[in-house]
Amino acid sequence: MTLSIPYLLTIITFLPLVGAAIVTLVPGDGAKKWLALATTLVTFLVSLLLWTNWQDGYAGMQFVEDVVWFAPLGIRYALGVDGVSLFLVLLTTFLMPIAVFYSVLYVEHRVGAYMALMLLLETAMIGVFVALDLVLFFVFFEASLIPMYFLIGEWGGKNRVYAAVKFFLYTFAGSALMVVAILIVYFSTGSFDILALQKAQMPPAVQTWAFLAFSLAFAVKTPLFPFHTWLPDAHVQAPTAGSIILAGVLLKMGTYGFLRLAMPVFPQAAEQFGPLLATLAVVGILYGALVALMQKDIKSLVAYSSVAHLGYVMLGIVAMNAQGVSGSILQMVNHGLSTGALFLMVGLLYERRHTRMLDEFGGLWASVPVYTGLFLVVAMSSAGLPGLNGFVGEFTIMLGAYNYMPIFAVLAAAGVILAAWYLLTAFRKMAQGEITNPANDREHLKDLNGKELAMVIPFIILFFVIGLFPNLFFDKINPSVEAMLETRAAVLQQATAAQTPAFELAEIIATEAQ
Amino acid sequence: MFDSVWLLFAFPALGALIILFAGHWMPQKVVGWIASLAVVGSFVVAVLLWLGLLALPAEERSVTVHWWDWITIADFHAPAAVLIDPLSVVMAMVVTGVGALIHIYSIGYMDHEPRYQRYFFYLNFFILAMLTLVMSNNFLGMFVGWEGVGLASFLLIGFWFDKRDDLYGWYADCGKKAFIVNRIGDFGMILAMIIVWSTLGTVVFTELNEAAHHLAPATATLICLLLLLGATGKSAQIPLYVWLPDAMAGPTPVSALIHAATMVTAGVYMIIRTNALWHLTVDAGLVTAWIGMLTALLAASIAIVQTDLKKILAYSTVSQLGFMIAAAGLAAYGAALFHLVTHAFFKALLFLAAGSVMHATHGVLDINRLGGLRQKMPTTYRTFLVGAAALAGIPLLSGFFSKDAILVVELQKNLALYLVGVVTALLTAIYSFRAVFVTFHGQPRDQHLYDHVHESGPIMTVPLWILAALSIVGGVINLPFVLTLEHWLEPVIGEHEKIPLVLELLGITISIVVAVLGVLTARALYLTQEGWAKQLAQSFAILRRPAENKWWVDEIYDFLIVRPLKGLAGGFAGFFDPKVLDGAVNGVGVALNDAGEAVRKLQNGAIPAYALSILVGVVAVLFYFLFMG
Repeated sequence: MTLSIPYLLTIITFLPLVGAAIVTLVPGDGAKKWLALATTLVTFLVSLLLWTNWQDGYAGMQFVEDVVWFAPLGIRYALGVDGVSLFLVLLTTFLMPIAVFYSVLYVEHRVGAYMALMLLLETAMIGVFVALDLVLFFVFFEASLIPMYFLIGEWGGKNRVYAAVKFFLYTFAGSALMVVAILIVYFSTGSFDILALQKAQMPPAVQTWAFLAFSLAFAVKTPLFPFHTWLPDAHVQAPTAGSIILAGVLLKMGTYGFLRLAMPVFPQAAEQFGPLLATLAVVGILYGALVALMQKDIKSLVAYSSVAHLGYVMLGIVAMNAQGVSGSILQMVNHGLSTGALFLMVGLLYERRHTRMLDEFGGLWASVPVYTGLFLVVAMSSAGLPGLNGFVGEFTIMLGAYNYMPIFAVLAAAGVILAAWYLLTAFRKMAQGEITNPANDREHLKDLNGKELAMVIPFIILFFVIGLFPNLFFDKINPSVEAMLETRAAVLQQATAAQTPAFELAEIIATEAQ
Repeated sequence: MFDSVWLLFAFPALGALIILFAGHWMPQKVVGWIASLAVVGSFVVAVLLWLGLLALPAEERSVTVHWWDWITIADFHAPAAVLIDPLSVVMAMVVTGVGALIHIYSIGYMDHEPRYQRYFFYLNFFILAMLTLVMSNNFLGMFVGWEGVGLASFLLIGFWFDKRDDLYGWYADCGKKAFIVNRIGDFGMILAMIIVWSTLGTVVFTELNEAAHHLAPATATLICLLLLLGATGKSAQIPLYVWLPDAMAGPTPVSALIHAATMVTAGVYMIIRTNALWHLTVDAGLVTAWIGMLTALLAASIAIVQTDLKKILAYSTVSQLGFMIAAAGLAAYGAALFHLVTHAFFKALLFLAAGSVMHATHGVLDINRLGGLRQKMPTTYRTFLVGAAALAGIPLLSGFFSKDAILVVELQKNLALYLVGVVTALLTAIYSFRAVFVTFHGQPRDQHLYDHVHESGPIMTVPLWILAALSIVGGVINLPFVLTLEHWLEPVIGEHEKIPLVLELLGITISIVVAVLGVLTARALYLTQEGWAKQLAQSFAILRRPAENKWWVDEIYDFLIVRPLKGLAGGFAGFFDPKVLDGAVNGVGVALNDAGEAVRKLQNGAIPAYALSILVGVVAVLFYFLFMG
């Protein structure tokens, strides 16, 4: 099965890059736009082969490609997907056509460069999720930084340069730490093979330092409280498509890093620092929600809501049990969809009114009912209304968190109240009440057109599909998660077993000394 | 036969979808009838399911229809499945039966409403969610309905989202308040579900019943108290009842359907459904009973001084829900469900009759502007009178039997609770007939208003008559000593606890006396306005101001919870985040920038700095391995 399409992952990963090259070569903005869109659509369709050719129940890596890249250091070009990464790849390939289509409609400035950067970004993002070699992972991780830096800095809002530089320097400081961590791991084990490292025993000191370095890098990316302050700036300034991708996919590279690397490769350190990470995650849930409540700019509000949502994802990952981790993986997808859709909706409104200030709106339900109704569905998805996607992820994460440490589940559940509060507050200000500003009335404000609906509806459908049939996803996620947890448990057990004689020896010495 | 239970859901789902996508092109009446017929269809299915159960021997009356595996992770399973048993079919029949009548009534009531498609879409969606709530065979499925009805409630309370008045403020704010306050209750529900699964390994109700005895009493108490928090949200009890009076901002048929007859009883239903857990803990039950009775008393004390007819009915609903919750807390599940059913009849009737008044007065429900309406609205008057009499507990009406059933249990189990119950029952009789007398008797207080009043058309009065008939004879489903409903429920709630005959008779006697006394008091106070009654009222003057101000509960919550939280959020958003956290980040940035000035003379831009930091990193690692390793 998995052999039927050779180099499938390479094709999916690098199709956008090829597209980017062609986009820069063809003349004419129109051609560039449609070519970019076609590239992302083809990439999406090809990526669906991962789903259709998936070997159900198989826990290991599928569609594996593995060739030596740089022999002296054992660096390999190794790709593969499993239940942990499959849906992150699909999330990326799903969001890209929408983001690009949005840009086709609304971006006019330096189209060629813009589209090329978007496609470059897609390659980097997919690469992160399919890389099985640490160096390869790092290359893709870093490669994603540069296009996003330019997208914000060149196509962003008023304060774009500040936001772009901050985004770059902050996440890049994290990357520098990751270099350190990768080198620590390599010198300690002599391997860059992520899967092999998950099974390896490492001395506690190495684990601690490497874990902390990786964690800091990923915590900035996620972002985990208190490393989140670059995010609102970046989101507020980023162009809409940039925000969709930034929230939808880029942030997941942080949580994915925790899940694929930091937590399983350094299990003892992860266990030691788990409560700290869980605390930060829960603080992020509550703090992000409270700060979101006070925002006047809708984009800023959605950005802080991301801090809260990714707090849930982190909490599930730290719990390191089946419900928590599987829930987290689904919640990464959910957040990508819900928040991506929220940014899309905000963008559509911005194109009409050229403002995102909540105070500028009011009464939209009367003037643009289709837009408002869909906005409400998106908001409810984000608020975790059961029946839609968000609930499944949040609930299973809380289930996992409770069985990790009950207090975290209690605090996370309190976040559910706050989520309703800030989302309905935003909805109240935007959509309800009277139309006080003539710019918002029926004559001036147009409801969604067909093209715009075509971007929103796929999200809505997925909200319901995931909300009602999450097992379509869990069936593929669970085996890999359970295998990962088993490996981790075995490694931990070995480590304890290895320690026991040492303890006994120490006891003997202690007794003899007496 | 039971496999066709999907039709129960398919009708309202289809109705909602048709209206959503095609309602725009349909005449108003057609939309209303599509929605109504959808619910009638569901009602027929519910009755067939009931007959299907009847045909089975009692011990087999629990049929699970499995649709699909909803959520599965390792040993966690939550199916999408329905449970057809004596409890769920009773609930389904009430929801769809009363629901159908209110849909039909709405065709007349909403005839001037431009957004009628939206209205009927919401209403059908509500029925779908409510059926999900009562039919799901597991906690999580129930919770889908639980929050779904909350969404419907939010949408319908704020139906006139661009409207405001002195009584409610912005209607949209009322809807928002309802949803958020309910989420506080849902916080309890979520934790309860998590603990149930973590301790019992299942969220399926039938499996739960079998496994429950493994639970430590303390855990059971914890779970039940968390469930109680959920119930206080949805069923509007202390401390979370504050959303329900404001929910009256919604269209009156919505108040009848969602905020009186069906959705607000979800908490009572949930306790009955999870009774296996409640059997393990006396403490939680007692807390629940007290919460219920104190809510009943508090709400009755507020109802008696309200001047808006719908607000009177709203506080009355809170109060009557208190009775049901208390009965459930005392493990009198049969009595709780009995009152739930009769209350659905007579309170829906009262609201619809009030709606008929409102329809005639173009929105005026201030009883100080009404009066003497009985001549002009005879049907509305008569049916309202029936509803009020049932609410007041006038003997032989449905409400008399069901309230008495609860009071007798209290008499048997806890005298203090019973005393609160009796006082509340007295207040109930007084405020019910205050509403009758002031609205329909006496002289018109606003002649202009009175002149334009007219009786509603048959599409509204026929549902009134049907509900009035049910409010009168509804008691037969569970007459004292016969107890048809309680026997029917035995497969779900177990054997009924016998009540000594003496207590039963004593209770009935006191109930009759209280009801009659209450009506006579109301008559003296509000109709004939006798001197002694005025003096009596005078002696309670000290309580009047607090009651009129609803005991300042909203203000207290605002002061103790909302403001501090907003202050905290404001501090985070205005100071801590931008100044402290981001300030630190930018501070580090500036410091590094200064340090980098020297380097910058040679190099420029980010990429060289990047290379530099990699170099620094490599050096650091080498250092580590040379000296530490």
